[in-house]
Amino acid sequence: MEITGAELFVKALLAENVDTLFAYPGGQAIDLFHALYGVEGLDVILPRHEQGLIHAADGYARSTGKVGVCLVTSGPGATNLVTGIATANYDSVPLVCFTGQVPTHLIGNDAFQEVDIVGITRSISKYAVTVRRREDLAATIRKAFYIASSGKPGVVVVDLPKDIQQTLGSDMYPQSVMVRGYKPNTAVHMGQIKKSLDCLQRANRPVFLLGGGINIARANKEMTALAEKMGIPVVTTIMGKGAIPNNHPLYVGNLGIHGSYAANKAVSECDVLFSIGVRFNDRITGKVSEFAKKATIIHVDIDPASISRNIVVDIPMVGDAKNAIAALLEKAPDFDFAQWRKQIMEWNRQHPLETELHSGGVTPLAIIQKINQIFSNAIITTDVGQNQLWTTQFLELTAQKQMLTSGGLGTMGYGLPAALGAQLGNPDKDVITICGDGGIQMNIQEMATAMVYELPVIVCILNNGYLGNVRQWQEMFFDKRYSSTCLRYRRSCSATCNTPSAACPEYTPDFIRLAESYGAKAIRVQYREEIENALLEAKNTKKTPTVIEFIIEREENVFPIVPPGNPLSDMIMGGKEG
Amino acid sequence: MMKQRWLSLFVENDIGVLARISGLFAGKLYNLDSLTVGTTEDITISRITISLTSDDQTFEQIKKQLNRSVEVIKVVDLTDTAIYRKEFMFVKIHECSEQDMMKLTYIKEVFQTRVIDYNTSVVLIESVQQSERNDALIQLLKDNFSGRLEVVRGGSVAIEGIH
Repeated sequence: MEITGAELFVKALLAENVDTLFAYPGGQAIDLFHALYGVEGLDVILPRHEQGLIHAADGYARSTGKVGVCLVTSGPGATNLVTGIATANYDSVPLVCFTGQVPTHLIGNDAFQEVDIVGITRSISKYAVTVRRREDLAATIRKAFYIASSGKPGVVVVDLPKDIQQTLGSDMYPQSVMVRGYKPNTAVHMGQIKKSLDCLQRANRPVFLLGGGINIARANKEMTALAEKMGIPVVTTIMGKGAIPNNHPLYVGNLGIHGSYAANKAVSECDVLFSIGVRFNDRITGKVSEFAKKATIIHVDIDPASISRNIVVDIPMVGDAKNAIAALLEKAPDFDFAQWRKQIMEWNRQHPLETELHSGGVTPLAIIQKINQIFSNAIITTDVGQNQLWTTQFLELTAQKQMLTSGGLGTMGYGLPAALGAQLGNPDKDVITICGDGGIQMNIQEMATAMVYELPVIVCILNNGYLGNVRQWQEMFFDKRYSSTCLRYRRSCSATCNTPSAACPEYTPDFIRLAESYGAKAIRVQYREEIENALLEAKNTKKTPTVIEFIIEREENVFPIVPPGNPLSDMIMGGKEG
Repeated sequence: MMKQRWLSLFVENDIGVLARISGLFAGKLYNLDSLTVGTTEDITISRITISLTSDDQTFEQIKKQLNRSVEVIKVVDLTDTAIYRKEFMFVKIHECSEQDMMKLTYIKEVFQTRVIDYNTSVVLIESVQQSERNDALIQLLKDNFSGRLEVVRGGSVAIEGIH
């Protein structure tokens, strides 16, 4: 039977088991929306901005493990996806983004709402393609889903010119597709497994360094079993947080420039660094030449290009983390590194993360500790900046809790829309987003989306009236010159003010009235005693989002911090001495 | 170690593939000395010959990044293997006197190039050599006919020798 390209598009989504489509219409996508009208089994979600749309698809994908699917129109619809494409691709999130395009005969004419989105996204996607012939449409969509979800997952952009959407053609949708230039390697080399075990046999101070790859492979249970069998302490990256439960005795903490003292110390002092699913980003290595200097480094990753790029490793292993862990678990002897574990525990005791500069007030630590207590089955998203760093430090992740954060690109405005996507994919879980007053304003229009789809997300705004992370750097490394970081600034202020006080102008907008105008519940918290009740009230609110504005100390900092260019062992500690 | 390297890529003969490959070099600040592309015996596959100068670690990364591209079917490292490689080049020399013409006859002999067109004052030379030899030829011509040269180079193509 002959059907239009748009009808085939819908058929393809259903064949790919897509149950939720994040979509924003426009002129060059109107045929696709026409075909989507009234289709059963496919929930079409209309966010309020394409950037919010793609972060929502991202949150949906990260929290469900399924491919997130976006549909937008050409031109500005497509370019508004760009930040979200880079965000998702950087964190290996499987997305397929369909963009409308002007008809093929107009491409290159500077037609209305024409952009070369494939050209624009080439360097920030896993694969990007314009469908130029109706007969290629089915295979291209199948290929897009296959590439997005296999190997190191990523973003695929499929550009659909209007005439391709309208042209009649075959209704066949293939079950599989062969891509001769794409063969992800998931099996592990047994010789390398043996080599790594031999290496551990001789080790006295080994550490597991776990990254996002564990969470992507959903190998958390197996990984926990492996760490337990070998008795090896576990350090994680931000993306790897939750690889084993954070309350596990073997869990040390995050490493990196805002990592815990014990984690950074453990990596600096270890003699074997067994890393899985990490890519040694500059945020975790500190000064590269000093990184894990005493260690033999083992590295498992599904992406060969991630191996020996930033840090040269001694035993490389290309493969899927889950397969590697299974192979190790089968062969691993029981080790005991009690002495070394005791040493790490001692470091943790000397310099715990949970120290407060401004104890007694509404502090990030107090807020996040309450979240840890109150929510047992939850997804927590973060925005970017201090709010993200505090969350990655203090949030306790267990098997029933997951954290979504823009770790690679560091995209402000990610938190709220990602939470909506997570809630859509996980209606039975509590979904909380922890944002700053800066980032929340980058996609606050998605409050409307939360309202209309009855998503009871809990939006925690940590309001310090500053773009706090940059302000902290300005305080510590730029002579306290608060250049363009104060969000309470008005024309009446001194342009060089660096002394916030009670006399500062009022914050705009008023988040409470703004949230209420969307129809959301809104609570302002100014005293520590109010934190728990606010969170409980939000938790008990169904079908409606709740905004909780926490008024926090204006110049609260994130500690420890490894100053730029320093080795990991060179941390500035904050808080009370202890 | 910094040195010159040779790569042969088998890629999909499709729109945007060359942009993807060259964009990778530009975006990641990889050095690129020359790049040529043309179809193979199979018209769905193009073959790209790349020469570049880099250290070992960067070169490994470049190969991995190329391999990671969906459009790249195969990456063959031709560095340190027995290969044939040649570069096609045209050189036009303007305002030649009779004495210049004489000089060119010697140069042509020494460099085994061909004169493929001329008139009373302009000579067009075709040179198919290894790129270093073409470099040397250009240098020599520059020394003798400064300001009167027009050069167009094709970039190197390379293929493994028969073992």
